[in-house]
Amino acid sequence: MVAVSSTASPDLVQAPVGYLHSVESGAAVDGPGMRFVFFVSGCQFRCQYCHNPDTWKLHNGRQVTLDEALAEVRPYAGFLKIAGGVTISGGEPLMQAPFVGTLFSKIKSELGLHTALDTQGFLAGNVADDWFDPVDLVLLDIKQIDPEKHLALTGHPVQPTLDFAQRLVRLGKKMWIRYVLVPDITDKSVDILKLADFVVSLGPAVERVEVLPFHQMGAHKWESLGLTYPLAGTPTPTQDQVQQARSLFASRGLFVT
Amino acid sequence: MTAVSQTSLSVNPWRDFAGDAWKTRVDVRDFIQKNYTPYLGDGSFLAGATERTLKLWQTLGEFLKQERAKGVLDVSLVPTSITAHDAGYIDRANEIIVGLQTDAPLKRAIFPNGGLRMVKGGLEAYGFKLDAEIEEIWHKYRKDHNSGVFDMYTPDILAARKSAVITGLPDAYGRGRIIGDYRRVALYGTNFLREEKQREFHELDEAVFSEDVLRLREELSEQFRALDELREMGAKYGFDLSRPADNAREAIQWTYLGYLAAVKEQNGAAMSIGRISTFLDIYIERDLAAGVLTEEQAQEMIDDLVIKLRIVRFLRTPEYDTLFSGDPTWVTESIGGIGEDGRPLVSKNSFRILHTLYNVGPAPEPNLTVLWSTRLPEAFKAFCAKVSIDTSAIQYENDDVMRPQWGDDYGIACCVSAMRIGKQMQFFGARANLAKALLYAINGGVDEKSGAKVAKGFEPITADVLDYDEVVAKYDKMMDWLAATYVKALNCIHYSHDKYAYERIEMALHDRDILRTMACGIAGLSVAADSLSAIKHAKVHVIRDDKGLAVDYKIEGDYPAYGNNDDRADSIAVWLTETFMEKIKAQPSFYRNALPTQSVLTITSNVVYGKKTGNTPDGRRGGTPFAPGANPMNGRDVKGFVAAGASVAKLPYCSAVDGISWTASATPGALGHLPEERQKNLANCLDAFSAAGGHHVNVNVFNRDTLVDAMDHPELYPQLTVRVSGYAVNFVKLTREQQLDVISRTFHEKV
Repeated sequence: MVAVSSTASPDLVQAPVGYLHSVESGAAVDGPGMRFVFFVSGCQFRCQYCHNPDTWKLHNGRQVTLDEALAEVRPYAGFLKIAGGVTISGGEPLMQAPFVGTLFSKIKSELGLHTALDTQGFLAGNVADDWFDPVDLVLLDIKQIDPEKHLALTGHPVQPTLDFAQRLVRLGKKMWIRYVLVPDITDKSVDILKLADFVVSLGPAVERVEVLPFHQMGAHKWESLGLTYPLAGTPTPTQDQVQQARSLFASRGLFVT
Repeated sequence: MTAVSQTSLSVNPWRDFAGDAWKTRVDVRDFIQKNYTPYLGDGSFLAGATERTLKLWQTLGEFLKQERAKGVLDVSLVPTSITAHDAGYIDRANEIIVGLQTDAPLKRAIFPNGGLRMVKGGLEAYGFKLDAEIEEIWHKYRKDHNSGVFDMYTPDILAARKSAVITGLPDAYGRGRIIGDYRRVALYGTNFLREEKQREFHELDEAVFSEDVLRLREELSEQFRALDELREMGAKYGFDLSRPADNAREAIQWTYLGYLAAVKEQNGAAMSIGRISTFLDIYIERDLAAGVLTEEQAQEMIDDLVIKLRIVRFLRTPEYDTLFSGDPTWVTESIGGIGEDGRPLVSKNSFRILHTLYNVGPAPEPNLTVLWSTRLPEAFKAFCAKVSIDTSAIQYENDDVMRPQWGDDYGIACCVSAMRIGKQMQFFGARANLAKALLYAINGGVDEKSGAKVAKGFEPITADVLDYDEVVAKYDKMMDWLAATYVKALNCIHYSHDKYAYERIEMALHDRDILRTMACGIAGLSVAADSLSAIKHAKVHVIRDDKGLAVDYKIEGDYPAYGNNDDRADSIAVWLTETFMEKIKAQPSFYRNALPTQSVLTITSNVVYGKKTGNTPDGRRGGTPFAPGANPMNGRDVKGFVAAGASVAKLPYCSAVDGISWTASATPGALGHLPEERQKNLANCLDAFSAAGGHHVNVNVFNRDTLVDAMDHPELYPQLTVRVSGYAVNFVKLTREQQLDVISRTFHEKV
């Protein structure tokens, strides 16, 4: 797998560099409060609904050292301390686990900020438990609970993600579950209820479930990358559909936004 | 309820009020400080709109609908003055606070003293005709401000004005941006104020009769005459303004009539009302405590006042309306802030006036401006954030940077200009186009669009690749020329305005000895800064036409853009702001010894400025709108709005004490998932921007779909309000170009 190769080099562990797609200084929907977000590049999933296919390739990103990455956040540290924190998203942050882990440690030790990891969890098996020490919250993207549909949607099995969720419970980590609602692909009640039951089984570690309506704003990126967008004709869910999905989660006693 | 004053003044109108200093001389601030009640709670005490209020708003809605269809509903052809018109009402039986500019709602007045040409143009554009007699008077016997200015202008000024390297000059109508202290009418009544003016006049009886003293004596005489006219105008509505207001309703009514006199007399570009909410709260609190007023009645009076402030109108030409998007009047009310003693100046009435945006829906006027401080009560911060998210109708200005400069009783004139109320005025100066001036530096003073020589005595750059040092050296000289030409124009304008269109009643509500600022301004800051950054950090090739005029640029490589909290570019924007201010300050003479200041503000003219400016070295195509005010160029601020705000906050307030405007927009979803989260996030962002020293921010929160739908079905969105540069407009009154500009700036995508 592509994924492991970047974590295997001892050089990278010694002098970590990372690959960033972009940063966002004022995000309000990627964890609690206002977040500084690192969008790292590289992802081994090929989700049909991906709205950032330009983050797929690791080396399409801008190469930065740890110090350079920290310097991006530092000017906002005072603000983030009061208003929110730092989220590392992607791409898939676990593709650059040594870099991302060290960056989290430094954000904690040098800036003292709240930290969140936005991941689909597939690669979590490659990192040790203590990697998560400096992570306060995991935004866990569960794309589909149905194994076959998950495979069709992302090209990978769902089980590692589910295992990871249970591991986070054991590690005492807080979680927000993120679920992208796509008409015809993830909107079946049976799937949503099955996922809701799984989330309930994780107990109080899960603070909320976020239902994110699919949008078409990533379409032009597929086009500019010369890729065929499989969901070009897929409509965005209606308010009613979104509300219905939220109600299904809520019906199992979950806090949904 | 009728509007007749309940005159039973057996008791002292100042009963229960503390303090002495304000009783012997005019000192509204002292009165406020001794008597106001800071409010630290939330908005749960607020009352909704009464049936009466809704009915009145509905009645007015019919007039507004007709006005939208016709552009101008009606015009009174009687030249305006404080007393020129009879009392006018919307629906007399249902009004609590009364008074209109003419004898009917939305019927506009004509103001020939500012400029007969604007009057004629405005009338003809909307199918009206000027009386021959009036034309004769203002041609033969009476000169107007507009004619005075053009008798003095130089060929350089005329050329700069024509090419739009200097634009928006108030040389054809009222200059505005003067705030009378309308609270004085309520607190003192006109008799007291008149006596004070007489005293001030006679203090000068033994002075050396220099030109300055003579002018001042004549002005003071005009001032007490205007106070008499104000009293007379009040009498038409059945009020005795010669005495102080006796209760809350009278205090609101008196204050409003003072303001009304000003907008009957002057069609200033911006006619702010000042800082009245917490002042009025003192009267409301007294009546509430005495059990003679309920919260519902208090809210009803404020709702009624706001309804009146929403229908202030001036007759302008369609070109003016295109430039400023509809008919803005900038009835700016400044709310909140912190006192010099550390107590918040937030009162219950600060909440009530914001609450009008719910009771009678969002609207661009009055221009509700929150004086933000990180020390404001948390509940008030949350309330403001909620109002912003729900209505997009309020703007924020940083009290923490203004208070040290202007004290704690300043108000905002127009969009961003702070001035001590009743103690200071400004000579409004619109703005100079720094982006176009950069092109003039490259082309040796030749206009890139017309080919005309505008600035004389300059040599063009002939190199094929722009050299940063050469460009900066030439730009520096071009800014010298620009500043000199600009300040000369402003001196002409304000000399003439004082002479032919003096603001009698507004100045009657000022102290005699005031601070005057000459408020210059700059446009195109981000375009100029990015152009210089491109020249410095990338390679910029010049493309010339067959006459050798630089008409386009090709950029090789990347350059850091202003708006990403990157000092390589931001420092250029800072340098430009400081440098142009220095050039202004270096001018040899300012009319009436005014203190030169500067703003970074474009209002909506960023679209027109862009139209009049050719291709620029930053890669911007000719004709494309500039970013408004101090905003980064559209789409170049790629690190999100906290980084963009940090860049804007670097512009030093001390080099732009007339204000630095930033317009930020977001969708509700982008501010957080839950309503409380959105409020908290927005309040935190405002705190951060303030703490970083940012001066002004407009906050827009809306969905793209709403705006797109409103473009196609304006009739469904009569009240949809959008903050632009320093003020708010009805979205449906914007030109299509401006609508598209707002949408593309907000949503960073094609429409």
